Amino acid sequence: MKISIASGKGGTGKTTIATNLAVALGEGVSLLDCDVEEPNDHIFIQAEIDHSERVSVKVPEVDMGKCTLCGQCQEICQFKAIVVIGESVLTFPELCHSCGGCLEVCPENAITETGREMGFFESGSRDVLDFAQGRLFVGQAMSVPVIQRVKEHIESDKITIIDAPPGTSCPVINSVKDTDFVILVTEPTPFGLNDLKLAVGMVKILKIPYGIIINRSDLGDEKVTEYAKEEDIPILMEIPFSRQIAEAYSRGGLIVETLPEWKEKFINLYDKIVSYVRK
Amino acid sequence: MLENDIKELIVISGKGGTGKTSLIGAFASLASEKVLCDADVDAADLYLILEPDIQEREDFQEGHKALINKDKCTECGLCRELCRFNAISPDFVVNPLDCEGCGVCVHFCPEDAIDFPLQTCGELFVSETRCGPMVHARLGIAEDNSGKLVTLTRERAKKVAKKAVMNLILTDGPPGLACPVIASITGATGVLIVTEPTLSGHHDMDRVVELTRHFGIPAYVCINKFDINPEMTKTIEQYAQDNGLPVMGKIPFDPFFTKAMVEKKTIIEYDGNSDAARAVKEIWEKVADKIGLHKGN
Repeated sequence: MKISIASGKGGTGKTTIATNLAVALGEGVSLLDCDVEEPNDHIFIQAEIDHSERVSVKVPEVDMGKCTLCGQCQEICQFKAIVVIGESVLTFPELCHSCGGCLEVCPENAITETGREMGFFESGSRDVLDFAQGRLFVGQAMSVPVIQRVKEHIESDKITIIDAPPGTSCPVINSVKDTDFVILVTEPTPFGLNDLKLAVGMVKILKIPYGIIINRSDLGDEKVTEYAKEEDIPILMEIPFSRQIAEAYSRGGLIVETLPEWKEKFINLYDKIVSYVRK
Repeated sequence: MLENDIKELIVISGKGGTGKTSLIGAFASLASEKVLCDADVDAADLYLILEPDIQEREDFQEGHKALINKDKCTECGLCRELCRFNAISPDFVVNPLDCEGCGVCVHFCPEDAIDFPLQTCGELFVSETRCGPMVHARLGIAEDNSGKLVTLTRERAKKVAKKAVMNLILTDGPPGLACPVIASITGATGVLIVTEPTLSGHHDMDRVVELTRHFGIPAYVCINKFDINPEMTKTIEQYAQDNGLPVMGKIPFDPFFTKAMVEKKTIIEYDGNSDAARAVKEIWEKVADKIGLHKGN
């Protein structure tokens, strides 16, 4: 079972849901933080990291001894990452998408590939809970390769919980795709509703079953609830605003620890999701 | 208006939901002559408050995707072998969500059976609002190239400012750290980082501060909902001081922000005398000073 947690809007509570659900379920669970731009699960999980590696992508390297300056590499590259200028070939690794086109097309076999480091992949555990995260290097533009590395950590016999980045574009798609269910976390405000609609559009394209959680459910208006009813989207859980929860969050505390009665609610949430997936 | 005279302030945060859009909305009520720009093309929200009257709309076209022509395809399998993104299914259909648009399959197909159409992946809008002209965009759901659309949106805002002889652009940035954020801050006059007194807010701010340094852009900090955790607020203020980041002010937690949003108003329009509105006014004065708006006026 793979459950991803997404939202169009940032700051709605993805991390809160992901970490509390993971800790409430505990054994046999893997929590993966795919928000590699701003990974925050570790703050709440305090996992012991026992493995760390650098994630790299392949970028071209040109052997000028073999190169005849024919320019076919420049022609095939859609990303302007390799350019013939005068007597030399310049590569721009930060623009390269690692498609291997230049390498394939070069008639002189003058192009080989070298690694370019994008970020860290780390894994570890907190008691019985398995944990992994990615951490994009600051200044790097492309987060998808790091996200893909985190997703390689998925083990099919485990319950996997994936914390996705905000938005609806490529990093989110890559985090959410191939999961069995998506939890969309929103808040009952005009911004929350607008971005929820975008997120619903995204999961519809991916054809994954989904439901919503309304966070700070008593601050705002009724429009999210009305929308969910109209569209027949299940509301899986509502979390009212509580200063106690907000303060615990600010210190890196979990709801299931601050208010232990919530543990059962998160276990019920999982059971509900299982019943939706089996339908 | 010379391009160099135009000041551009971007509001970013690293972490989402710290109050970027509410703050830009408030600044929109406070600054006199300015163009508004929403660079969060993934989930643009500023228009929900400012209710723009759209004057111009154009398609955003960028990048290509492969499309296999079944009539010409002999199912030789070369494209599947060469595609590094596993975007071509065993029955030779390209999944547009996986296609990177690299064109390698198109180039090598021995039957010329693969088309490579240009993609329309979003829209750009130029509008009038009660607070002045606004430029915003919408990236199509599940589309790529958000960084390029951000750049295009900012360029258009600059053109609008030049034409209207306005020397200020207020830009609402996206959350995160990667391509859309980089595209929204490069070349800006200054970046205002909105954070909140939580461990996550602090952690994420630390990373965007490093990003602004990496690109050499002046950064300032303000702390929203500071009274949620006064101790953490102190820690952040100390961090800012240690890192040479000017603190522009602190905003108390105030349900008025949500109430104003529900009524499609900025916090200044909703209640200009509330504690939160006063704090925002002070922040705006300091930020305006920092980006050199008061000089020579």
